[in-house]
Amino acid sequence: MDFQLTDEQRALKTGVREMLARRFDATALRAAVDGGGLDRGLWRALGDAGFFALRLSEEAGGVGLGLPEAVLLFEEAGRALLPGPLIATQLAAGLVEGAAEGATVVTAPDGGLVEWLAEADVVRGDATGAEPIRSADPLTPLHRLPGGGAGGSPERALLTAAEQLGSAGRSTELAVQYAREREQFGQPIGAFQAVKHLCAQMLVRTEVARAAVHAAAVTGDPVEIAGAKLLADEAAVRCARDCLQVYGGMGFTWEAEVHLHLKRAWLRRERWPTPARGRELQAAALEEAM
Amino acid sequence: MDLSYTPEEEEFRAGLRKWLAGVLPTLPPKPDPLDWPGRRVYDTGWQRRLYDAGYARVHWGASATLRLIFLEETERAGAPYVGANFVGLLHAGPTIAAEGTEEQRARWLEPVLRGDEVWCQGFSEPDAGSDLAALRTRAVRDGDTYVVSGAKIWTSHAEVADWCELLVRTDPDAPKHRGITWLAMPMDAPGITVRPLRTLAGSDEFAQLFLDEVRIPVGHRVGAENDGWRVTMVTLSYERGTAFVGEVVACRRVLVEIARAAHKNGTWDDPVIRHQLGALNAEFTALWRLIQWNVSESERSGGPPGVGGSVFKLRYSHARQELYDAAAAVLGPDALDLGREWTADRLSSLSYTIAAGTSQIQQNIVAERILGLPKGR
Repeated sequence: MDFQLTDEQRALKTGVREMLARRFDATALRAAVDGGGLDRGLWRALGDAGFFALRLSEEAGGVGLGLPEAVLLFEEAGRALLPGPLIATQLAAGLVEGAAEGATVVTAPDGGLVEWLAEADVVRGDATGAEPIRSADPLTPLHRLPGGGAGGSPERALLTAAEQLGSAGRSTELAVQYAREREQFGQPIGAFQAVKHLCAQMLVRTEVARAAVHAAAVTGDPVEIAGAKLLADEAAVRCARDCLQVYGGMGFTWEAEVHLHLKRAWLRRERWPTPARGRELQAAALEEAM
Repeated sequence: MDLSYTPEEEEFRAGLRKWLAGVLPTLPPKPDPLDWPGRRVYDTGWQRRLYDAGYARVHWGASATLRLIFLEETERAGAPYVGANFVGLLHAGPTIAAEGTEEQRARWLEPVLRGDEVWCQGFSEPDAGSDLAALRTRAVRDGDTYVVSGAKIWTSHAEVADWCELLVRTDPDAPKHRGITWLAMPMDAPGITVRPLRTLAGSDEFAQLFLDEVRIPVGHRVGAENDGWRVTMVTLSYERGTAFVGEVVACRRVLVEIARAAHKNGTWDDPVIRHQLGALNAEFTALWRLIQWNVSESERSGGPPGVGGSVFKLRYSHARQELYDAAAAVLGPDALDLGREWTADRLSSLSYTIAAGTSQIQQNIVAERILGLPKGR
């Protein structure tokens, strides 16, 4: 047993982080927030970098990697707040023409919502009756489906959990950085236990979620995936909330990055399985074990 | 990211299972929890069986993965826990193994492994709890002897222990972390008074120690004089490592039993209770994975378990309390019946966020040592 990242996995994670820092920097993030629409050039660049073809076999022109590597990729996407229907497009690679290369934008309904419906080239699944709503997340245009929406796939849930995990880690990082720099009463606010303990709990939530998400990626077990999403949803939402609190007044501004993580985390929480559904699935697993 | 075990590890597991299946039916009946001498006999008898079968060293000599497998399998099989051997096997033993002289290792380690000698811990004091380094028990050098006076508290197994790992102040003028020394105190030395302390669960789990000019040979000092704080930190990192593996396995079993009870008495139909139990299922699965993560990390670094243990302990101690709160929700009025196993377990779970470093101290450790936030209160 060696439940740690391999050197290759570490290199992949670093590579993706550097690529996203180049292709989707703070200026690009701001432009996207201000309603830039989907950046097709960026989509293409992601395709060229193998983002969508990651799990496609090498014979089919893909990178031939597995779920654990996909999880690391989506962690980085979540961390960087990368916009677009990333998961739906990666899952369409090899099935929808142009998806693997980043030439086609693919979306799919999930949990009563459809992301990027107007911008997508292809919709996988039934989006009949979808009505546009004013999205609370400035980085994700949304349509609302009549009714609650159907179930989802474990793979999609796992990759969503990975995005949540990346976001939770970023919120923790932001809060800690701010707590080290921001001074009040003549010292960094991070020297106060009240702030320190908020930050410590953020790390605990993130690391517990990381163990759950990575293990679920290795086993691929649907119950373990549902549990991982439950913990990752909680970590992303609670860490963003606590980060906002550590930021104080700045946390309530449009300018700080914090609200973008919170809103996206809320959105991903609505994807299948929602926390309520996840708890039911876990309870059902307990019944199985009885 | 690899969760599979090597053929050697699987072989170890299979051999252990086979041995457990054979030996467990031969154990004497469990003693009454309040019968301390009886518990000592039972716990050390189990340790002797482990020693004879070649499993005694698993806590120190083996890889962390084998230790994980050992703790997982013994718990699954319902084998006894370390009990009275806890301090010897998981505190004093590893400390002596890491910091003791060859002579000290030869004197103390084998009897712990064989179950011949029991250790207790004399760290905390009435005025030195979370601020352990503020301890005041004094040791004054008199030739080849330390003369020790003071008071210790929360000492488990004190009534039946042969040895006490004792922290004393040898230099009252040095900064508080730099005047502490680690001593092995024989519990039959004149001047030691043991007064049992009753816990809120109604049992005499631990004791207060009063030391009145107890004479301890200088040769019983582990590490250098005034270097006891560093020596102690080695011990504490062991405690926060794999010490809770068996308990997490046990919690997962208890959770299934609670679900079964909920089915039986109809509370399963209450979505609040069902969701609570479902969330705990995800929680304990994740805690098990976190243990595997931490074990793999310590295998890679080769050293004692790292600060990841604090992350684990913070979450686990809270989860354990939630587990027994959930059990109480399922039991309803029966949760007030002390005859119920879960009622007693619920009461003892209250110590988890306090013992071995309160959750508040653990959060300081995480914030300062992992996140690098400034020290200060």
